[in-house]
Amino acid sequence: MILRRSLRAAWLGAAVGASLLAAGCGRKAGTAAGGKGGGGEQVLRMGNGAEPQDLDPQAVEGIPELNIIQALFDSLVEPDPHDLHPVPGLAETWEVSPDGLVYTFHLRPNLRWSNGDPLTSDDFIQSYKRILTPSLGSDYANYFYNYVQGAKDYYEGKVADFSRVGVRAPDPRTLVITLSHPTPFLLEMIACHFVWDPLPIKVVAKFGPLGHKGSAWTRAGNLVASGPFMLKEWIPNKRVVVVRNPNYWDAGRVKLDRIEFYPTDDLGVEEHMFRTGQIDRTYDFDRSKVEFYRQHHPDELKLEPWLGSYYYVFNVHRAPFTDVRVRRALSLAIDREQIVKAIMRGGETPAYSVDPPNDSGYTAQAQLQGDLAEARRLLAEAGYPGGRGFPPIHLLYNQNQGYHRSVAEAIQAMWRKNLGIELTLSNQEWKVYLDSLNGHNFQLGRAGWIADYPDPDVFLEIFETGNVNNDGEWSNPEYDRLLHQAMNARTQAERYAIYQRMDRILVDQCPVMPIFYYTKVYALRPTVKGWWPTLLDEHPYKYVYLQH
Amino acid sequence: MLRFIGRRLLESIPVMFIIVTGTFFMQRFVPGGPFTAEKAVTPEVERNLLAYYHLNDPLWKQYTDYLWDLTPKRFHPGALASGLDLKAAFGIDFRPSFKYPNRTVNEIIADKLPVSLELGGWSLGVALLIGLPLGVLAAVKRNSWIDYLCSSFALTGICVPTFVLGPILVLVFAIHFGWFNASGWYGPIDRVLPSLTLGSVYAAYIARLTRGGLLEVLSQDFIRTARAKGASEARVIFRHALRGGLLPVVSFLGPAIAGILTGSFVIETIFQIPGLGREFVNSAFNRDYTLVLGTVILYAGFIIALNLVVDVVQVWLNPKLRFE
Amino acid sequence: MIPTLPPAEPAALEIEAGESLWSGAWHRLRRNRLAVFGGVVVVALGLLCAFGPLFSQSYQDQNLDLGAVAPNAAHWLGTDTLGRDLFARTLYGGRISLMVGLVATFVALVIGVTYGAVAGYAGGKLDAAMMRVVDIMYALPFTIFVILLMVFFGQNILLLFVAIGASEWLTMARIVRGQVLSIKKMEYIEAARSLGLSRRRIIFRHVIPNVLGPIIVYTTLTIPSVMLLEAFLSFLGLGVQAPMSSWGSLIKDGADKMEEFWWLLVFPGSFFSLTLFSLNFLGDGLRDALDVRAAKD
Repeated sequence: MILRRSLRAAWLGAAVGASLLAAGCGRKAGTAAGGKGGGGEQVLRMGNGAEPQDLDPQAVEGIPELNIIQALFDSLVEPDPHDLHPVPGLAETWEVSPDGLVYTFHLRPNLRWSNGDPLTSDDFIQSYKRILTPSLGSDYANYFYNYVQGAKDYYEGKVADFSRVGVRAPDPRTLVITLSHPTPFLLEMIACHFVWDPLPIKVVAKFGPLGHKGSAWTRAGNLVASGPFMLKEWIPNKRVVVVRNPNYWDAGRVKLDRIEFYPTDDLGVEEHMFRTGQIDRTYDFDRSKVEFYRQHHPDELKLEPWLGSYYYVFNVHRAPFTDVRVRRALSLAIDREQIVKAIMRGGETPAYSVDPPNDSGYTAQAQLQGDLAEARRLLAEAGYPGGRGFPPIHLLYNQNQGYHRSVAEAIQAMWRKNLGIELTLSNQEWKVYLDSLNGHNFQLGRAGWIADYPDPDVFLEIFETGNVNNDGEWSNPEYDRLLHQAMNARTQAERYAIYQRMDRILVDQCPVMPIFYYTKVYALRPTVKGWWPTLLDEHPYKYVYLQH
Repeated sequence: MLRFIGRRLLESIPVMFIIVTGTFFMQRFVPGGPFTAEKAVTPEVERNLLAYYHLNDPLWKQYTDYLWDLTPKRFHPGALASGLDLKAAFGIDFRPSFKYPNRTVNEIIADKLPVSLELGGWSLGVALLIGLPLGVLAAVKRNSWIDYLCSSFALTGICVPTFVLGPILVLVFAIHFGWFNASGWYGPIDRVLPSLTLGSVYAAYIARLTRGGLLEVLSQDFIRTARAKGASEARVIFRHALRGGLLPVVSFLGPAIAGILTGSFVIETIFQIPGLGREFVNSAFNRDYTLVLGTVILYAGFIIALNLVVDVVQVWLNPKLRFE
Repeated sequence: MIPTLPPAEPAALEIEAGESLWSGAWHRLRRNRLAVFGGVVVVALGLLCAFGPLFSQSYQDQNLDLGAVAPNAAHWLGTDTLGRDLFARTLYGGRISLMVGLVATFVALVIGVTYGAVAGYAGGKLDAAMMRVVDIMYALPFTIFVILLMVFFGQNILLLFVAIGASEWLTMARIVRGQVLSIKKMEYIEAARSLGLSRRRIIFRHVIPNVLGPIIVYTTLTIPSVMLLEAFLSFLGLGVQAPMSSWGSLIKDGADKMEEFWWLLVFPGSFFSLTLFSLNFLGDGLRDALDVRAAKD
């Protein structure tokens, strides 16, 4: 409940010229239709960004869907609520072969779906078979077939026999996964990424062919869950409601009675909903309101490190960015501290390397270093002393977030002032922008990368030659070799040592210009407990409760 | 008149055909597709996605397949009573949405159109109830302070765009006074702020056009004749002048009502209303080909129908005209 | 040659004698104080936006340390979040908005009035065909049309006029057609026809001048919606590129931050509103001045 004596009312008064509002006064909130149930019912109401596309873990890709799917589906291992390290989930224990290729999971006894059906290792096998079915066209199938032995051949139709894929169920409580190469972050990925969740395959089959997406099995009333909650209601563009699942293996720990997810695709609207008590957590937050909350409602404002980088990509095939000295000069000539402080204002940290720090115990040692004098010297060496003769350069960006434009304008001004070069800004509609980036049809492009699971590999793999997300088409054989070497490393320490060398190459070669590391900025009701900051903004719901 | 309407309905078939064809091909030339995402999918996955949705067929085949799905194949209008299912009623299949794979476009329209119709109905009521009296008053008291007051009020409705007015109403009445929810579409009370916001813009247009239209008529000879014969001022206005004076408003209202009833992107976003208006804009942003076509066809239907109604009303307002 | 017309129709007579109509209208307009005031304000705003930037601060000079501050002596209208002078940005934005508003509306006006008048006057099959084309244009998805324009022709401000003109003339055409239908059976049009005047001459010299009232009203309503539409098109990437701005974009940005930085909404909004009020009062005065029938009262 918020009681707001507000300076805002005075501001608003000025804004609408209605002086009668100038005397600020408070209001009690909570009249919202969602409202708190009687008898101390534990209801968490989440602002959830967009309307979910679907709730089929094999047919979706976005964070709004992820937020709901985490309530509905459990996986072999679950993320720890404090730091997301994998802890036992549907699997009680597991063993890894010495070569790191074979994972044997032992499921808990008496696992059940929310409709009471037993959940067995065969459900996993059938689910994995489904995601590899080419006709399903699952967006994230590559997160599976890139790691499991034989899976890619099956997916591409080179092998028709599913038994050649490295997943086996020797008995109903044992699941064996064989990988194509050691994947040290496999468990982190399983804990955080929903492509590894088992589906209620019998239910899916009841509503349509397994190889088709979009059947009615994900509708409220049909969907059967394995997680702490089950689907109660789904009215598009209105809300999704999940309620406690009595058949969840750890049901005793679950404290919330229900969670309501509200699609909130407008920052201003969402903040209003938070203020009137319609939701307990906002999905995102308007940067211009951060300062006000910091001063007046510090207990409601959350600024948490978020595992992601914000950067500009150089297209290394387009002059003048073919020259590493130009890339480096430009990268040195912006004031990241000021961008973070004056524009972002959400506690972001300036970035001098691609990898965000403290990523599963890894922090890149290589950092971009050099002052303005060096930037000018590099530019002169490249043939453009004082910016003279520098060709016109264009930045491709999008305007879905207000700060993209502000950051671009600031960088434009900094380069003009520091290097004497002119940047023009070119805003494009979201999908046109994405198409230009993916098609390498740009000179300099805004981009960001946010991790799906906590491991530095997420940020390093996209610079591999030919990676679909390597928009700038930078290529370095040594880097590619190291990436493969890291994938086959025996120990974490060995792998991270290789990553240090790769990060060094990135800093020297500047395929991108890192600007800052993201923070997740949102508002959260202080009554919400059992909620810790995590690097992926994931907050396992079974630990969450409300304290009034 | 029936012949006139019949002929117009026949004309609407080629009109609809051109709209569908134009939209179908226009959107295919727009960069990006339904599966363009920030994290690009691998070529293998993309190939399978395209195959799943038959997007790798030749374009002409996709087009003719789609046209066939659109063609009415049966006639059971009774099925419309239990929900707006065009497939059950006429066999018109708009196909599943790309963005929301477990919903068909038929369903999305059936779910959301009623919401937009309701919001549109209220807003239209607000617009007419405010706009017409303001316009009439301004015209009758032309160039007096009453006229200036009415006109200024109407102009304010235009100067303050909905994306400003909506949040201000929310701040004042939902957050400050706490009389309403900030957003949502639950009880009758949730209809108030959105209808006022949406209605105000149209009220402003209606008031200005009514004033302008009435002034045109008020200076004509037959009005002077009526006045000279001693008809009361109210009778002059409402019996004689308003008929002709409303012509511009009626012309304006045809497309305006089509827009208002099929939902408003801004209003539905500001108040988080599960209506169809957001789908018009978002489907284009999402490259949700089937949903774009579904909403365009629906809107085209409204436009065609309402412009027909306008033409009929215009004849009725002006007895000198005939149905040609 | 001034044809003799039945004495019952002085309107057509005066219009035919263009000189006297326009000079009479100018005379009447000058007597309408509100209209004169509106005209003066519009011209003053136009001059301010055209020449003010020569003397104001830069619209793009930033002061990140300063950030957004309320109006003060150094920045009369305050600064935006990047510390840029809002007064300068509003003036520069005014250049864009006034130009887009006036030019695009003019395009819509010319197309819409001609199209509507021809359709309404011709009637029959031609009218039906022309109006079905309007129906089609209404229904085609505007967002997709705009993105296509941008992709194929680049980000050119001229495209703004095309995109806006293409969408805004439709309602104008329908209104004009409706009015023309209502007057084309009037005696003075019949008279002009019976005199054997060419269609073109009848439409432009007799029909359009008699439906000017609603045209003027709708034109003054189109200008604001065009200015706001420009902001949406710039959001889609067609139109004005940052750091340049326009009133529409400034108002949109200001609306998002109205609780924190009220001046970002209030001042661009005031310029916008002032322009509209003035244009509308000028329009009303113009309508009255051109209304020869009423003028005789």
